[in-house]
Amino acid sequence: MARISLSNNLKPYTGGETEIELEVGNVRQLFRALGERYPDLAPQLEFELAVAIDGVIYQDSLLAPIGSDSEVLLFSKIAGG
Amino acid sequence: MGKHRVMATVNGDAVEFLCETGQTLLEALRDELQLSGTKEGCGTGDCGACSVMLDGRLVCSCLVLGVEAQGKTIHTIEGMAKGEQLHPLQRKFLEHAALQCGICTPGMLISARALLERNPDPTEEQVRYGLAGNLCRCTGYHKIVEAVLDAAREMRGA
Amino acid sequence: MSTTVMYEEKPLKVVGTRPLRPDGVDKVTGRARYAADYNLPGQLIGKVLRSPHAHARIKSIDTSRAEALPGVKAVVTRDDFPDMQTEYAAAGELTINFRDVTRNMMAREKVLYDGHPVAAVAALSASIARAALGLIKVEYEVLPHVIDVVEAMKPDAPLLHEHQFTDGVTPKPERPSNLAKRMVFARGSLDEGFKQADLIIEREFNTKPVHQGYIEPQACIATYTEDGQAEVWTGTQGHFVFRAQLAKVLEMDVSKIRVTATELGGGFGGKNNIYNEPLAIALSRKSHRPVKMVMTREEVFRATGPTSGANVKVKLGCTRDGRITAADAELNFQAGAFAGSSVAMASMCAFTRYDLENVRVVGHDVTVNRPKVAAYRAPGAPIAVFGVESVIDEMAEKLGIDPIELRLRNAAKEGTQTYYGPKFGPIGFIETLHRAKAHPKYRAPLGPNQGRGIATGFWFNIGKETSSALHINEDGTATLIMGTVDVAGGSRAAMAMMVAEELGIAYDKVRPVIGDTSALGFNFITAGSRGTFAGGMAAVLAARDAIEKMRRRVARIREVPLEAVAWKDGRGQPAEGGGAQFKPMTLQEIARDAGKTGGTISGHSEINAEGAGPGFGTHIADVEVDRQTGLIKIVRYTIVQDVGKAIHPAYVEGQFEGGAVQGIGWALNEEYVYGADGVLQNPGFLDYRVPVASDVPFIDSVIVEVPNPNHPYGVRGCGEVPIIAPMAAISNAVQNAIGVRLREQPMSPPRVLKAIEAAAGAGAQV
Repeated sequence: MARISLSNNLKPYTGGETEIELEVGNVRQLFRALGERYPDLAPQLEFELAVAIDGVIYQDSLLAPIGSDSEVLLFSKIAGG
Repeated sequence: MGKHRVMATVNGDAVEFLCETGQTLLEALRDELQLSGTKEGCGTGDCGACSVMLDGRLVCSCLVLGVEAQGKTIHTIEGMAKGEQLHPLQRKFLEHAALQCGICTPGMLISARALLERNPDPTEEQVRYGLAGNLCRCTGYHKIVEAVLDAAREMRGA
Repeated sequence: MSTTVMYEEKPLKVVGTRPLRPDGVDKVTGRARYAADYNLPGQLIGKVLRSPHAHARIKSIDTSRAEALPGVKAVVTRDDFPDMQTEYAAAGELTINFRDVTRNMMAREKVLYDGHPVAAVAALSASIARAALGLIKVEYEVLPHVIDVVEAMKPDAPLLHEHQFTDGVTPKPERPSNLAKRMVFARGSLDEGFKQADLIIEREFNTKPVHQGYIEPQACIATYTEDGQAEVWTGTQGHFVFRAQLAKVLEMDVSKIRVTATELGGGFGGKNNIYNEPLAIALSRKSHRPVKMVMTREEVFRATGPTSGANVKVKLGCTRDGRITAADAELNFQAGAFAGSSVAMASMCAFTRYDLENVRVVGHDVTVNRPKVAAYRAPGAPIAVFGVESVIDEMAEKLGIDPIELRLRNAAKEGTQTYYGPKFGPIGFIETLHRAKAHPKYRAPLGPNQGRGIATGFWFNIGKETSSALHINEDGTATLIMGTVDVAGGSRAAMAMMVAEELGIAYDKVRPVIGDTSALGFNFITAGSRGTFAGGMAAVLAARDAIEKMRRRVARIREVPLEAVAWKDGRGQPAEGGGAQFKPMTLQEIARDAGKTGGTISGHSEINAEGAGPGFGTHIADVEVDRQTGLIKIVRYTIVQDVGKAIHPAYVEGQFEGGAVQGIGWALNEEYVYGADGVLQNPGFLDYRVPVASDVPFIDSVIVEVPNPNHPYGVRGCGEVPIIAPMAAISNAVQNAIGVRLREQPMSPPRVLKAIEAAAGAGAQV
């Protein structure tokens, strides 16, 4: 099971939960699972969150693979001007 | 609302164009003579992007009416290079990377040339004040001032 | 597939030198064509009617007299555009809501700021179009307005959007609010942290909105033909993103819209959003002629996004020897008429330069009756950092610790856990602090009323979707088609340099061209300091793809196995230990016969560039304050910044110098001035005072290079970091000079004088 951490600022959308374990193979499956578990989080998943898998940061990479003992972190995307 | 016929000399060529009473020289140059090198940044004489020489005087062409050009001699950026030969200021701007987006560059070059004609050996401060009427948002002016000082050196034969 | 290409240390021939930029000659001769320089046969001129009120309901719009004016060919209003549901898409720096996009480009139920578009006309000439605007009758019901962010958050403030309920608050609120979103980034325990502190400082700061100030006003020219195809030429930082937004708001297929990015006269984040483009297309559709629309400078100020003005509260606690134990901030950002300011990014980078255990940043995104904000170079960061770096400076002063030393004691480094998410990989913050401390300007003697201030900046930098194609021409030269718009920093040159380095040919044999939207796959906007990073990665991969194909070609022609062919110095030659020997073939030789040996050789890449490296900078500002006029003069300014790798050092310096001077303008004089009626009073360069050449000295640039391991040349991107530190550096310098701390920006002469008088009156530090 991959260990999923959500950054603190996402607490209002997950009822305060920030650490869970999920069996998912890639980012798209992760988003689907999170969206089902936390409906309030769903609107942000595809466009506002970046993902770090075992220390490597991905933005907009739905097929990035997640291993069975990966550490995954979700946090807000950034951009620029 | 008929148009006026204006005859003038631009970059050494005799030209003739039609313009409305309210059209500026800037609009006449760009829209009637297709000389789009002179730019509009503000339309109110505050940015210098429209700088041209009018009878030997540096002016903001957005503050001059098209009809005022009648019988006058105008120099724009298009006349700065002599055929294949770039003016030393143009060359120095390239060498010193004194431009980024380039929109202020035509006006800046016209003003710089006018400055060096008045004062061939300016100090850094004189260059900065001499170009204070030309806004640049990309470069912070650093490489522009370096380029002008270097061009002045070359033009003095130093 | 997301892509990272690892950094390889190797000797370089082209990268790191200073050749001339390919777009240079056109720019110094006036030949370069910006959007307003384009004309199409039969074109009409389009103009926009704008709201004179800060907040009003639109009761009716009567365009009949305008339509009847001879020479007017089309008029459009909200009735000509479909309404949009709330739908979010990543576009530009912030997620955008299409329901808001369509309302910002043309008001529907209400006008929400002075300058909000209400109608547009296309006519045979500009003067006829302007006359037509005067014939459009709009009936308004004027409503009370609010422009101050703190006022707008109060429960009885005039409400902009009846459907807007604060996001991020539990339980879900029942009453709508101007507070669109609240966010909290936190780590550890503030209570614990403040308990450990020997010194606690709590301060409040206010900044004003400032405009990106590009000298080129927005301009576009559009055609819509009877077969439903639209073509647009416009000044944009992202033509693919514009195409996507246009397709959405006009309900057209993406493939039916072709956008060409014209030479850009400055963007800085402000040209990531559509404004006149959809109006021009709609007018062209109605009039059956091309329509050209050029904004006046006044329109640029009234209606295109500035950055947010803000109210910032910072509370820091530290030990006697300067170790920060707790950091708390509240950022209240104006979003303008529609939600979506940069407060999230500002929250994420407020304290990120430091290794902190106990942090909380609360961010509020607040709608007010001002134009919708747009990104501006490191969006949000300068505002948050102004507050934080000022308080850190106060700490250093009170503890008697050198300001750079204090920052060193808390500096983030490789492995530091950020409070917004990931850990840092290799970064160069500490290097910049050391280099600043060792710089001779740090010890330059200071005269009376002169002072020195330090501040630091950090930006994440990004990668994202990028495509590139490289064609080897029949004479052995190469053409690189890029999709990342060159927003003037010189990225065209940098790409060409990297490609030349890869291929092993001379820089002037590579011609970089920005392709229009029909030439390449999707490219994200040029922003986030991604141009050279992501564009470069794509260009390098396209070059490596072409090299791979050339190796195959050599193997076939020389009848040797592929492994026997190596690419070096511009030619396919026998690989060491590869087995086979053969006569090498140069790129020119391969190219000359390519058509007859299998076809033209082209390489391409379509990637989502990952692995962007964060950038850090340390600034030293020396100022002199005139106590009688309140004028602040910048005496010296030094920038030390880690860029990973400077592909073209002069262009990196250009980013440092340009970004810092924008920050100086933000600090000294730029601000929007509104009347009590909510109407903008200074929409022009006379009273919106940007720095001129005589306002600033030469800037000392020190380029630090701690390579980004995730880019083939170690590039981090550098365009945004330079604007972040100046407000704080200058304010800290003023304190150092005359013992007066300014917490309101800009520090214009009247404000400085007032602060000096207040300090003298109070007999104590303000």
